[in-house]
Amino acid sequence: MTVYLFYLLSFIAILSALMVVFSRNPVYSVLYLIVTFFAIAGHYVLLNAQFLAAVHVIVYAGAIMVLFLYVIMMLNLNTYNEMQKANWLRFGAVVSGCLLMVVLVGSLKGAETMQPGAVHDANIGLVSNLGNVLFKEFLLPFEVSSLLFLAAMTGAVMLGKKSIRS
Amino acid sequence: MSSIQVIPVHMYVLLSAVLFSIGVMGVIFRRNAIIVFMCVELMLNAVNLLLVAFSSYLSDGAGQVFVFFIMAVAAAEVAVGLAILSMVYRNTKSVDIDTLSKLKE
Repeated sequence: MTVYLFYLLSFIAILSALMVVFSRNPVYSVLYLIVTFFAIAGHYVLLNAQFLAAVHVIVYAGAIMVLFLYVIMMLNLNTYNEMQKANWLRFGAVVSGCLLMVVLVGSLKGAETMQPGAVHDANIGLVSNLGNVLFKEFLLPFEVSSLLFLAAMTGAVMLGKKSIRS
Repeated sequence: MSSIQVIPVHMYVLLSAVLFSIGVMGVIFRRNAIIVFMCVELMLNAVNLLLVAFSSYLSDGAGQVFVFFIMAVAAAEVAVGLAILSMVYRNTKSVDIDTLSKLKE
């Protein structure tokens, strides 16, 4: 059962990731990307990372994709007559993507398979465990990331303004 | 039952490699800057999936906290990047990345 679920989720993720690249309308690309994110969230649930699955759906499918859709609608880009790259360039892109995949897969072919740890803890992905790790070991990076958000918010507001009066 | 007992970890490595390669291919393939951004998100997600897989196979929570930070950085990156894109659109009336090569002249 779990094996079939894994293959089904992987198939959905790869297929919709390909459709993100190849669909002509940017709105369809965004919608296929949402499907990919949901499939990846399903993988997180299968891996006992329930908290991350919830955060992933909220942050990616809820916030980032709405931002993308909003920008596409605001710039009125939901049309098909988009400029394409030259044919040889597109062919080269596909070939180089496949070559990168071959290199990554081939370099991992000889690696020995890791067995899951002897003392397997299924509760590692729950919010109480992750909170302990986050606020004990990674407290400083957590605070620094709030500074990053402040800088990003300031930068986005400044870039989005029409003109800055001196 | 979780997938840790029945799926070997190299299946997750393969899946992440495929998703990452699709992201790289999309960055080279498309001219629309917004879709290039989306392919960058796809690459980030492939790496996230790999980190979560190794974290649960090793029963170590640190990997999942890294994923949490990557999500935070991705959200900030998207906010700033889309602001830059809308400014580029305001100035050049297109989001074609090939028009941005004017910067080198």
